[in-house]
Amino acid sequence: MREPTRTVQLLVNGRTHTVTVPVRKTLADTLREDLGLTGTHLGCEQGVCGACTVLLDGQPVRSCLLLAVQAAGHEVTTVEALGTPDRLHPLQQAFWEHHGLQCGFCTPGILISLVAFLRERPSPTREEIREALAGNLCRCTGYQNIVRAAEAAAAWMREPGR
Amino acid sequence: MKPPVFEYCDPTTVEEAVDCLAERGEAAKVLAGGQSLLPLLNLRLARPDCLVDINRLDELDYLHEEAGWLRVGARVRQRRVEESEEVARRVPLLAEAVRYVGHPQIRNRGTVCGSLAHADPAAELPGVAVALGARLLVRSRLGTREIPAEQFFTGQLTTALRPDELLVEAQFPVFPAGWGWAFVEVTNRHGDYALCGVAAGVYVEDRRVRDVRLAYVGAGPTPVRLREVELAAVEDFRAAGEEARARLSPDGDLHASAEFRRHLAAVLTGRALRRAFERATGGEPHA
Repeated sequence: MREPTRTVQLLVNGRTHTVTVPVRKTLADTLREDLGLTGTHLGCEQGVCGACTVLLDGQPVRSCLLLAVQAAGHEVTTVEALGTPDRLHPLQQAFWEHHGLQCGFCTPGILISLVAFLRERPSPTREEIREALAGNLCRCTGYQNIVRAAEAAAAWMREPGR
Repeated sequence: MKPPVFEYCDPTTVEEAVDCLAERGEAAKVLAGGQSLLPLLNLRLARPDCLVDINRLDELDYLHEEAGWLRVGARVRQRRVEESEEVARRVPLLAEAVRYVGHPQIRNRGTVCGSLAHADPAAELPGVAVALGARLLVRSRLGTREIPAEQFFTGQLTTALRPDELLVEAQFPVFPAGWGWAFVEVTNRHGDYALCGVAAGVYVEDRRVRDVRLAYVGAGPTPVRLREVELAAVEDFRAAGEEARARLSPDGDLHASAEFRRHLAAVLTGRALRRAFERATGGEPHA
């Protein structure tokens, strides 16, 4: 069968991109290969590991389980939008300070999941943080420090004036 | 690229969607939330010639009560059901069970109707549908028909849907006064499919159990409802658990043996019934 393609406009991190992609191409592959946004990682490509988590209209979703053509008309946010090396997002700063990553492969998905989680639950219990992380696998098994970093970030983000 | 080559249609009306299905027949697959279908495509376990994406069918994005039934359109995502106060009040068993489906990242895309149409034997929502006697509304070019949940699930990952039919709506009966509910399951990890799960409804009058509805997931190729277990539960919760252990014949696999699943069914039966009883009576434990 001939490879069907489609030209779509994708709104990613506030910028509109026009791309022509095979209809079967996932959003994750399109972000990485067509837009050069390689912060979104691909682990299992079957919706289990959570490394590819991005925000779709502000809600965390698996970008390996979404076709790029389906993202047209929606707002996509990737880890690249969180902070800059000079000005890290509070979550990124907390992961740095609490050694919340080892190899770092799962980190982009975890950061994105936590951004959405802390917005809905600014004062989570440790148990709730653990549950929120259940959809993101860290095979270095550095969960203790990830939970600590999430707690620290939550406290920091709750401070008045932030 | 992981998925195989396919053609892609994203109709904007149900009429167009069922036309696509009528023309393509077996070669087409409906794409709703994609949380089960996309993994199958990425693994190339499914190779449909054509995907009919129903995400642009705004007309199926409704969730409301009408004449004693909660109507869930095929575009309604699980997260919306989870967060709906109306669902929590009117069909609390559905509200409780939907939280066990995957993770928030999955429920943000996954739909209630998609989970029913996929018919995974260990999935939570088919169990709720069978326990409550839900009705599934399906449409094709030939018209609309209604399928009772107990006739909808015909085997593992298999339903009574014909290739030209689209599941457009699931209808769950509103809980009448006096009914308590519980969904309980055991998983290896939070968010996994259930090793075994039980959806229960208990009707209590004058502090006595008068009627029981029970459905098991992860205990057979489809959600299982056993009238004998329900009748036993009206008399005695523990006896109902033993009845379930004796009558269910789950498969064993990598995650749990058949015997362990039967054991879970017995224990979870009691747990679900006691919780449902407490809710029916406003907190009174079952004697």
